[in-house]
Amino acid sequence: MGAGATVQENARVIKYREALNEALREEMRRDPTVFLMGEGIAERGGSYKVTAGLLEEFGPERVRDTPIAEASFVGAGVGAAITGMRPVVEILFVDFALLALDQIGNQAAKYRFMTGGAGRVPMVLRTQGGVGNGLAAQHSQSLEALFYHIPGLKLVMPSTPCDAKGLLKSAIRDDGPVIFIEHKLLYMAEGAVTEEDYLIDLGVGDVKRVGNDVTLIAWSNMVPRSLAAAEAVAAEGIDVEVVDPRTLVPLDKELILESVRKTEHVLVVQEAPRRGGVASDIASIIQEEAFDYLDAPIQIVAGKNTPIPFNLELESLCVPREEDIVQAIRRVAGRV
Amino acid sequence: MTGAAYSRELVLGFYRTMFTIRTFETRCIGLYRQGLIRGYFHPYLGQEAIAAGVCAALREGDYITSTHRGHGHCIARGGDLKRMVAELFGRATGYCAGRGGSMHIAHITAGNLGANGIVGGGIPLGVGAALGAKIRGADSVTVVFCSDGASNNGVFAESLNLAAAWDLPLILMIENNQYAVSTPIEQAAREPDLYKRGAGYGVDSRLIDGNDVFEVHRCTLEAIETCRAGRGPVLIEAKTYRHLGHHVNDPGHYMPQERLNYYKARDPLTTCKTFLLKEGLAAEEDVQALEAEVQREIEEAVEFARASPQPSVEEFLAEVETY
Repeated sequence: MGAGATVQENARVIKYREALNEALREEMRRDPTVFLMGEGIAERGGSYKVTAGLLEEFGPERVRDTPIAEASFVGAGVGAAITGMRPVVEILFVDFALLALDQIGNQAAKYRFMTGGAGRVPMVLRTQGGVGNGLAAQHSQSLEALFYHIPGLKLVMPSTPCDAKGLLKSAIRDDGPVIFIEHKLLYMAEGAVTEEDYLIDLGVGDVKRVGNDVTLIAWSNMVPRSLAAAEAVAAEGIDVEVVDPRTLVPLDKELILESVRKTEHVLVVQEAPRRGGVASDIASIIQEEAFDYLDAPIQIVAGKNTPIPFNLELESLCVPREEDIVQAIRRVAGRV
Repeated sequence: MTGAAYSRELVLGFYRTMFTIRTFETRCIGLYRQGLIRGYFHPYLGQEAIAAGVCAALREGDYITSTHRGHGHCIARGGDLKRMVAELFGRATGYCAGRGGSMHIAHITAGNLGANGIVGGGIPLGVGAALGAKIRGADSVTVVFCSDGASNNGVFAESLNLAAAWDLPLILMIENNQYAVSTPIEQAAREPDLYKRGAGYGVDSRLIDGNDVFEVHRCTLEAIETCRAGRGPVLIEAKTYRHLGHHVNDPGHYMPQERLNYYKARDPLTTCKTFLLKEGLAAEEDVQALEAEVQREIEEAVEFARASPQPSVEEFLAEVETY
């Protein structure tokens, strides 16, 4: 239990998707009101095998394959949550969440508020986003800014197996609603995950690499890419601190500001298109609350303002690459 | 409607609910005109038999989801008139502490999951309530009230299918008042008999007279039995008509006078009252006493709302921080 720095004791190395599977299994064993629904999650075990084996253990009442009808099954999750269940609803690709935006943005997000606090929506909406390997414009988006913008939603974007497990367990126990966005390129990523039961609180970020010269803020798949970039510039004598907020709502502002006050140089790395993105909002928070500490303008490296193309070379140009991050680190550190 | 099967208590209950809705709406429209109620207000006048007949058939533990025309459902599901008027006034004592208003009024502890500002938005919520009950093994039925307008929204079709695929204890009650805001159903759909859509989804579907509280009640009881036996969902289309336009500031000029007169001649309150008197279930004085009591309750509710405090700004600003 606890606020959740990285847990190391009794750790095994497992995959991100296995960590998510463990989180679901443990919470379903613990609480009979937890149930799952989504497209191809039962028999097939999910496109990325996150729900593999859960039908066998928990049966067809609690692990349900839905029709391809996002608006209704997301709304059904909301209704079940209001009436005492803890549904974990899976949307196969975050792109398809656009089919269910009324239920997410007008119903789930606002129910507690509109009922004067009488109602609760303890629902987790699990989905995955980001560019993959040529999945094109309708299966590659990073839509977190949409959810970030709508008051009433919590927003989680884990970057490691350990975080994925601890955060998903917390999300299921939260009174929600929680949008939980995984990254399709992270499912096979490996990391140490303790055998102990643990939670990571929503709203608690994590410093993934300690450094003194530049604060680099990144989430989801931009974290491993930024860590690689940080290692690349270490040889040049630039010591980067990588801060992963892990949850964008609530945002661990204090962790970010603490790092900024130390390094006085800030880079925000975001896979999503730059326009109207979360990175811009984080930059605005920093300039408002820590302007006097800044030694250089805040830099943002973000996705291009474009739909994602199918062609792999074109695709790779649309989101920050390791070399883009390296160059931005040099710029913000005044080494160009 | 047929006589002997109905107890005095049941029929007086129907009448009381319908008269309460009628008086509540009429009184609150007056308060709206005085500027004491603001925002949108979609009156349930003319459709009272549907909420009254359905909710009389429900029991504790059953759920309803309502529409943006939701005052009638809230009253019929046992809503406290004081908290209702207070909510329409936007006061701290209202059902939603002044956060929701008419379009979001909800009484969750009574199983009323709330009105909805989005036409059709409540349909999937009802599917979820029915799904949760099924997973828990609870003997509970959910009634989704929706309109002919909502029936042309995508979630109607999706939800009907989902409920059918999963055999959910759900009753989809289409209150076909024949207008989606101002667009007549004949323009919005080639087939104006909406109950016919159920067959394609394998759902038991009925067409009833929505102005006949007895028929609404009887049909709901049968649907509940079907649902509790695990053979749900059931689709019911209740034909009815609004007495006014879409909301209080819509004069409804597009509603042909002839058709309005037809439905007003079949006013659900008049029909029920006539039945009470004709079948000897109540005397004229009994009905008058009941009406006087309801009117007194509504005046008390209005006074309660007037005297209620505005929501606390400090509490609101603290709440904002949690988002």
